[in-house]
Formats: sequence, C-alpha cells, structure tokens
Amino acid sequence: MADLPFSFLFFSTVALTGAVNTVTHRNPVHAALWLVSALLGIAGLFLTLGSAFLASVQVLVYAGAIMVLFLFVVMLLNLEASMFEGLSSGRCASIVAGAATVALILFPLVEDDSLWTVPEPRFHAPASARTLSQLLFHEYVLPFEMVSLVLLVAMVGAIHLARRTRVSEGA
Amino acid sequence: MTEPFFLSFLKALVVFAIALGAVPALVLAERRVSAFMQYRVGPNRVGPLGTLQPLADLIKMIFKEEVRPDGASPWIFSAAPAITAICALATAAIVPFGGVLVVGERRIPLIVADVEIGVLVALAMSSMAVYGLTLGGWSSNSKYSLLGGLRSSAQMISYELTLGLSLISVLLLSRDPEGFGSFGLRSAVETQAQGGLLSWNVFKAPISFLLFTIASFAETHRLPFDLPEAEPELVGGYHTEYSAMRFGLFFLGEYAAMFVSSCIIVCLFLGGWHLPFVADEVEVDGFGALLQLGSFLLKVGAVTFFFIHVRWTLPRFRYDQLMSLGWKVLLPVALLNLLVMGSLVALKVF
Repeated sequence: MADLPFSFLFFSTVALTGAVNTVTHRNPVHAALWLVSALLGIAGLFLTLGSAFLASVQVLVYAGAIMVLFLFVVMLLNLEASMFEGLSSGRCASIVAGAATVALILFPLVEDDSLWTVPEPRFHAPASARTLSQLLFHEYVLPFEMVSLVLLVAMVGAIHLARRTRVSEGA
Repeated sequence: MTEPFFLSFLKALVVFAIALGAVPALVLAERRVSAFMQYRVGPNRVGPLGTLQPLADLIKMIFKEEVRPDGASPWIFSAAPAITAICALATAAIVPFGGVLVVGERRIPLIVADVEIGVLVALAMSSMAVYGLTLGGWSSNSKYSLLGGLRSSAQMISYELTLGLSLISVLLLSRDPEGFGSFGLRSAVETQAQGGLLSWNVFKAPISFLLFTIASFAETHRLPFDLPEAEPELVGGYHTEYSAMRFGLFFLGEYAAMFVSSCIIVCLFLGGWHLPFVADEVEVDGFGALLQLGSFLLKVGAVTFFFIHVRWTLPRFRYDQLMSLGWKVLLPVALLNLLVMGSLVALKVF
C-alpha cells in the first residue's frame, strides 16, 4: 500500500466515503449528492490513471447528466426521509444475501496476492480520446456496435413501456 | 507539459482576473444597453458614465444581511451559489486568449489548461454548474425556489443534447498539428486561422453555429430561456430566498457563464483570436499577442452584446414551448446537421 500515490489514495477515499454515505443517509437528496461525490472520486481515479478523456466523460455523463436526472426525480417526488425508516424482515434477508454475495466475490480475491499490487496497464499509450477511439472504432468495432444495439433495444423498450396505452377506439 | 510552475500560476491568475473583471463590465453593459433600448438613462451617477456602479452594487451586497430561510438545509444552501460561480469561472481555463507567445527560446501558449479534451471540460463544468441552481432551489425550502431549481435541471438536460451534437458537428472540422481530430479549443482556433476569413467555422457550419448559440442561451439561462428565474411566475426562481453576497455569487456565476460561453462561441465559430491582416500568425511576439488578445476580446464583446440585445428584444418562452423547441425542433435538426457535416467531412468537401 505504501507505494500508492497520494492522488490515488485521495480520490479513492472520496469515492468510498461517497459510496458509504450514499447507502447510509436517510435523506434521499443527501444520498444522491453523496453519490455524485463518489462518481467525481471515480473521475479523479481516471485522471490519476492518465485518462483525462474518460474522466471528463465520467463527470459529463454520470455526475452531470444522469445524477441531475436522479436529483430531478427525487426532488419532484419530494420523498420524505421517514419513508425509509424501519428494518423489515425482508430487508434483513436482503442484507444477509448481499453480504453473502460480496463475501463470495471477495473470497478468492483475498487469497490471491495480486489484489494488493497495481496491475500493469494493458495499453501503454496515454489513454487519450485518440487511442480510445482507435480501439473502439477499429479493434473493437463489432462489440461496440453490439453494445449500442443493446442500448437501442433498451431505449425502445423503455419508450414503449412509458407510452400512454390507448384503449382501442372503435378499431 | 514542461511549463514551469510560476508560468502556469501567472497565466491562471491573469485569466481569472479577465473572467472576474468581465463580470462587472457585463453587468454595467447590460444595464446601460437595456436602458438605451428602452429610452431610459440607466445607472449614470456613480463614477464617469456610471462605470463605478458595479462596485457600488458589490459593496451593497457585501454589507447586506445574509438571510437563511427557516428549515433551509444550511450546508447545501451555502454551497449552491459557490458551485455555480466556481464552475463558471473554472471553464475560462480552457479558453485560448491568443496563439503562442514566443519569448526568446520559450514558446508560451496563451491558454491555462492546454488539454486535448478542451471542450469536454467546458461541457462537464456546465453540467456541474446546474447543481448550484438545482440545489439552491431545493435547499431554500420554498416552493418557488424548488420550481425554479427543477426547471433549471430539466432545461439543462434538454439543451445539453443539442449543445453536444452541434459541438461534435463543428469539432469534425478542427485538426491538431498532427492532422488528427481534436477536442481542444486551441486546435479549433488554429485550424480556422490557417485560411482567410471564409475558413471561420461560422461560414463552414452555419447551422451548427445557430444551434450552438441557441443552446448556449438556454445553458446560461438567458432570455428567452430564463424560465428557472422567471420573475412573473416564480418571484425569483431558484434564488428567491437568497440575499446579500450569496445572491451575488449566483449573479456572478451567471454573468461569468455568459462571458465564458461567448468565449467558446468565438473560439469555435468566429476564429478565436484570428483576424485577417491583423492577427494571422499563430506564433507571435509581445505586440502580436496584444493584438490577438484585442481581437479576441473584441469578438467576445460583440457576442456578449448580442446576448444582451436578445435579452431585451425577445419575450420569454412558455415552459411547454421551451421543451418542445428543445426536443422536437433543435434535437432533430442537430442530428441531421451532424449527419450532413459528417458526410461533408467524409467526402472531403472541407
């Protein structure tokens, strides 16, 4: 741990603090704000890895657009903090299930020493917009297009679900 | 980047001073221009021609009492105006105020953060600035403020799409020194400076220019898109409950955002510091740098005058008109425009 740069420690602390506070805060707006700070911390991590492009896209898309929409919905519904009170048996069960899943994922990793060393970066060129686009539009163009197709399908599905269903008008 | 620290620091200081100094100038210009447009006199008592009026306003705002409404969330209420102001001022870092100043052996690009992702930083900052408005509206514990905050976030999301798409269509034209595409404003300006007047992007991509300018009006909440603070409906919108210097920070952020988006419009479409026969070369000495700065600020002044002129000319949109304009007109036009510009670039027309 000692050889990790200060910037990495700083941004990962920001991200983790944000993440923990997101799930512990009762007030939904405060929780959303902590999620924003977690996302900003992750953007900072991208920066320390030398990818300014990914960092700015992270801020732009996640911390900017998506979280503003989140906040919009939370504010529009005007959720009360009290709505989240109480620990039902169902919630206890989901906590146990979640902890078990995390333990299952972490178990093989903890035994492996490589978890505590920073892995070698796969691409040694600076991860600029240019290298990224060369990878996306040359080497990985097929997976990229398939992902965009999946997103398109999801979008069409969402629009279909949200559309006002018209009761058959005589036809 | 082998630039010594003091140089970066100096540049940051100068750019900060320019961006901050532009705010009182703009406020005064707005008040005077609006007065002349409405056959009034406007503020002309403090200092020669009223030039010290912004200073008087500032002193007033500093000495007024800061009121925080009952039940307002203290941290967020105080942080919101700062977020808006910081995001607006920080964007000035990616604006190239000139080409490259050559002093002896040293080549100094006249830009604070010469990053390849340039415009993306501006977009990211403007999408963060909306938090100031939204949170200010929410934390005020007032229904007018909340409505203003909600409107600002909805408006921002809707017009950011048009902004981004028109941005892509014009960035297709700019090339960095190695001949690759670039997000940087410096590359955009230098590409335009290579030809004459007609190589400015406003002539190559007029539709992108139109879309980008309209979206900029919406992003900076200028009339006819100032629904987040529509006075007749929402008292003052998101800043209804703000007073004294907290209100001042919102005010500052708004005008700084207007200045910075004018700078970005000038860099992307109006050739930045480039002016045929006056400022043609990228690499200049001290005098040339001053000429470039002058030409740049002249253009920015013209664009901000346009911003002000529009505000006092057009009436405000209705909220549903704003949304249908954004989603049903501007977005499809921006998509089509991107297709056309992409085809033209692929066919090597430009």
